[in-house]
Amino acid sequence: MNYWPLLGVAAVVAGFAARLNPMLVVVAAGFVSGFAAGLPLADQLALLGKSFVATRAPLLIVLTLPVVGLLEHAGLREHAQRWIAGLYYMSLSLLLICYMALRQILGALGLTSIGGHAQTVRPLIAPMAEAAARKTAPGLDELQRERVRALAAATDNVGLFFGEDIFIAFGAVLLIQTFYTANGIHLEPLSIALWAIPTAIAAFLIHALRIVVFQYGLKRSAEPRA
Amino acid sequence: MIALSYVWWLAALVLGAAAVIDLRARRWANALFWALIAIVFAAGDAILAADKAGNRLPTQLAGAAVVLMALLAGSGLLKRAPAGDGDVAARTASAQRLGHQLFVPALMIPLVTTVLFLAAPYLVAGDWRLFPAGNATVPALALGCCIAVAFALSITRSRPAQALRESSRLLDQLGWAVVLPMLLAALGGVFEATGVGNAVAALIGQLIATDSRLACTIAYGVGMIVFTVIMGNGFAAFPVMTGGIGLPLLIRQHGADPAVVGALGMLTGYCGTLLTPMAANFNIVPAVLLELRDPYGVIRSQALTALLLAATNITLMYFLAFR
Repeated sequence: MNYWPLLGVAAVVAGFAARLNPMLVVVAAGFVSGFAAGLPLADQLALLGKSFVATRAPLLIVLTLPVVGLLEHAGLREHAQRWIAGLYYMSLSLLLICYMALRQILGALGLTSIGGHAQTVRPLIAPMAEAAARKTAPGLDELQRERVRALAAATDNVGLFFGEDIFIAFGAVLLIQTFYTANGIHLEPLSIALWAIPTAIAAFLIHALRIVVFQYGLKRSAEPRA
Repeated sequence: MIALSYVWWLAALVLGAAAVIDLRARRWANALFWALIAIVFAAGDAILAADKAGNRLPTQLAGAAVVLMALLAGSGLLKRAPAGDGDVAARTASAQRLGHQLFVPALMIPLVTTVLFLAAPYLVAGDWRLFPAGNATVPALALGCCIAVAFALSITRSRPAQALRESSRLLDQLGWAVVLPMLLAALGGVFEATGVGNAVAALIGQLIATDSRLACTIAYGVGMIVFTVIMGNGFAAFPVMTGGIGLPLLIRQHGADPAVVGALGMLTGYCGTLLTPMAANFNIVPAVLLELRDPYGVIRSQALTALLLAATNITLMYFLAFR
């Protein structure tokens, strides 16, 4: 057994730790592992090219960009923001749990680019979450404000990650299918996507519980000390 | 019939349009970057066919194109378009005029895709079928996107060229990040071909009792998390860990259901993504965007969720894969 190709993994760790451009790090790591395996350069280029061409599926997201771009240009974000901001009666936990549910459902339908840290969390969810937290704890201090904003970002990640895998045309599902096909096992994307549902429910329950506990902590901190 | 190759050509058209628009705007590096991917997409099937026929020159050229793209991304020459497209007042007015109509084309992509996919077995006439047998998802997505873009053009009263200008704007906003998942998947392929998966599997094989289902399931789950933390992306970890442990041990030796192993393995990897600064766009960029003083504030906030969910996933895998 030749363990030297593991140097490629070390190259990834070192490259990211040195904050180099991820594209460069990934290609360099491929070459490190290729040379360690004793492959000539011509073989390595062919291997890289073949692997890249064979995994085109994740980039099919570009087909949705004309639609998303047109709608953004026509004010989709502005409309969604105004619509959601109208629901002013929300508490922190209701807001974040509803957002997570919406993100999971939209992700399961393949609409992952509707939300995001730049598009929705910074302009919309984080300020709304702070306002909602003030209803529970009027004297919100700086540390608590930071934790509320961090929780809003974390909620976006959890909702996104554990919703999008249910969408049958999502890159991860297609990647799993491609991997199995290359190894002689034929699966329909739908049969893979279905098994993402139990985890989606578990993720929702675990993170929702944590949001409720967080709000309870805010409430405790706001009560006058005995 | 809508063959898979038409879908790749459609994607190449969107990418090629971005290259032309960047060329006109004199953003040379961006134009070259999108042109390279457009060519790889359009010529992909021909490249793979030539490789199969024993002519390795096209795949070597594709490999060289990937290296060139990485150098372009690493050189900092790619210009990232500013977020948003400026005219807030016009967008607000348009939003008020169109209202909930704006949600319709956005919802059409997933709904039309799903309906077409489910209806695919019935969309046949004699020998002719709308989608290739057993591979309906991707063509259905492409057709769904075409129908949605037609509808979006009609409600916003825009010309088709506007749609390509908008996709070009979004591509320049996303930059090389949009290609990274594909490149990480390719790295997984390279690692597998150079024996990294086997080396990892051999190391793990020495550490665990491979005749125990439970030990193999835990090793696969923990391996996915550790490898995702290192690589910053479950896409890169999946081929390595599944090639090393999932396929030979869980599926071939113990007879686990491959669909369960694939889906839950990937999702266990996602728990690792929540824990790692390597997944910068999910964990570090938002900390900057939200002006947190602690760069790891987002990771701290989601770590407990990730750990509890990883334990749940591994338990689910054990009970669902060996039904």
